[in-house]
Amino acid sequence: MSTAAPTIPKLEAPGRVTFPRVVLAEWTKFRSVRSTAWTLGVGILLTILFPILFATVTSSHWGQMSAHERASRSPLDIALAGVFVAQLAIAVLGVLVISAEYSTGSIRSTFTAVPKRLPVLWAKLVDYAVVSFVVLVPAVLVSFFSSQAILARHDILQVSFTAPGVARCMVGGALYVAMVGVFALALGAIVRNTAGGIATFAGIFFVIPPLMNLLPSSWNNAISQYLPSDAGQQIFALKHASHTLTPLAGGVVFAGYCAAAIAIAAFLLCRRDV
Amino acid sequence: MIEARGLTKDYGEKRAVDGLSFTVQPGIVTGFLGPNGSGKSTTMRLILGLDAPTRGDATVNGRHYRDHPAPLSEVGALLEARSVHTGRSAYNHLLALAQTHGYPKRRVLEMIDLVGLHEVARKRAGTFSLGMGQRLGIAAALLGDPKTVLLDEPVNGLDPEGIHWIRNLLKGLAAEGKTVFVSSHLMSEMALTADHLIVIGRGKLIADTSVDDFVASASERVVLVRSPDLTRLRDALAGPGVAFTDGERSALEVHGLTAEQVGDAAAAAGIALHELTPQQASLEEAFMDLTRDEVEFGAQPEKVVA
Repeated sequence: MSTAAPTIPKLEAPGRVTFPRVVLAEWTKFRSVRSTAWTLGVGILLTILFPILFATVTSSHWGQMSAHERASRSPLDIALAGVFVAQLAIAVLGVLVISAEYSTGSIRSTFTAVPKRLPVLWAKLVDYAVVSFVVLVPAVLVSFFSSQAILARHDILQVSFTAPGVARCMVGGALYVAMVGVFALALGAIVRNTAGGIATFAGIFFVIPPLMNLLPSSWNNAISQYLPSDAGQQIFALKHASHTLTPLAGGVVFAGYCAAAIAIAAFLLCRRDV
Repeated sequence: MIEARGLTKDYGEKRAVDGLSFTVQPGIVTGFLGPNGSGKSTTMRLILGLDAPTRGDATVNGRHYRDHPAPLSEVGALLEARSVHTGRSAYNHLLALAQTHGYPKRRVLEMIDLVGLHEVARKRAGTFSLGMGQRLGIAAALLGDPKTVLLDEPVNGLDPEGIHWIRNLLKGLAAEGKTVFVSSHLMSEMALTADHLIVIGRGKLIADTSVDDFVASASERVVLVRSPDLTRLRDALAGPGVAFTDGERSALEVHGLTAEQVGDAAAAAGIALHELTPQQASLEEAFMDLTRDEVEFGAQPEKVVA
């Protein structure tokens, strides 16, 4: 910094804010912090490692299992086991994408550049949903084919990728995680606090569902299928019971929760002071 | 040009900004002066639309800030609070801001060179010193070559070289015809940089005046004289609106007369003067006088020392 009177270089072109530009800017912000690589890395790793672990254990204990126990093993459950763990990593990152802006104060820079605010929320949602889906699809495919390879000795646990519903379950697993990320991002925008956002997510997805078991089973069956977690997880379920929604209905219900969370987030984003 | 009309902001029960109306003109540096907690930062957030006013209105170049298609080319803002993600590099912080408006990467590099951050541009902003953080904030503010520059306490944390650089920068921007609005709680800093002053206390407008008028009214009020014959000098100077304070040893502070008037009166009476000094230091004192009642967490007034 010299002390001579500085001259500001002129802008060559005036420029203006457009939605694609905000999407690009949010992508730059997303890829330029360490938490992104760490959390996505952990998410991918868990998605792949858990099925490999369960496939290995199942294969090695196959001889000691009863016929009933063997029949209850589902190759798809094993292949998608990691999705249940990966959703936590993806949710944490979803909350962070917006809550870290508030904790560090960078939200003031963000909203000074884009004072209409809403394009920032849409851009974050688009970037994050696309990234988590694109990252999860190959992870789920790797976990499917590797767990199938480990279980190759057991014909009953072999399933073709082209069998009815299998491809839908794999893509559905990735889609579910991407929607979880979107839901968590909306929660982060509502709560504006990392710890609060993650706690709210964990409460909705990991605390409320088991509590439902304390209800009479007729109530539990009637209510639980409409919880965000239970409804959403039908997207990657091969079979559905009388008290669970179909994949499409479950997906629609979960999408409804996501839309409601996004609507509340958008409303508050416009109304609240930064 | 910035226009505030009846700008009012309540946070719960507390009124942070109270019916502020003022206009910040292009082509000059306007100082925004007030004690800590007087509502300067809140006013700046209201201008930028980060906070919504409870009542009243603020516009920049004729429109609400959020209605400009290229906000960064209208207003470049440096806020007092940190506004950078600690885990992101200076380069990526500026790049993301530039991309919202479609500015090229070259523009980011130009700004980094301008503020002298090229050696640390790839380091995470969380590792920056206060001064480096200020420079990054200034680079962000100037990214869009804005017509209006809004800087909240820009010299905070800067070394003397940096402070000098900022003063030159502000004067240069004003000379180019830009609107420059700079807040400070230091009168002395504003006296060196600003052409016009907007003074607030407890969210209310106290003064809207040129710096020359303010300095004139403040510094000509008190004159220090030293003379072997103070008793006769008092008699010679006494008159309506003139008051005296005893200084150390043979010194006398004369209130209500200019140095010229004191000197002429002494010469006419044939009284020798050993010193005759207009009290420039009372600039800060004048500011404190002006805002004494408005200091929120100030010391007891009688204990305030200039």
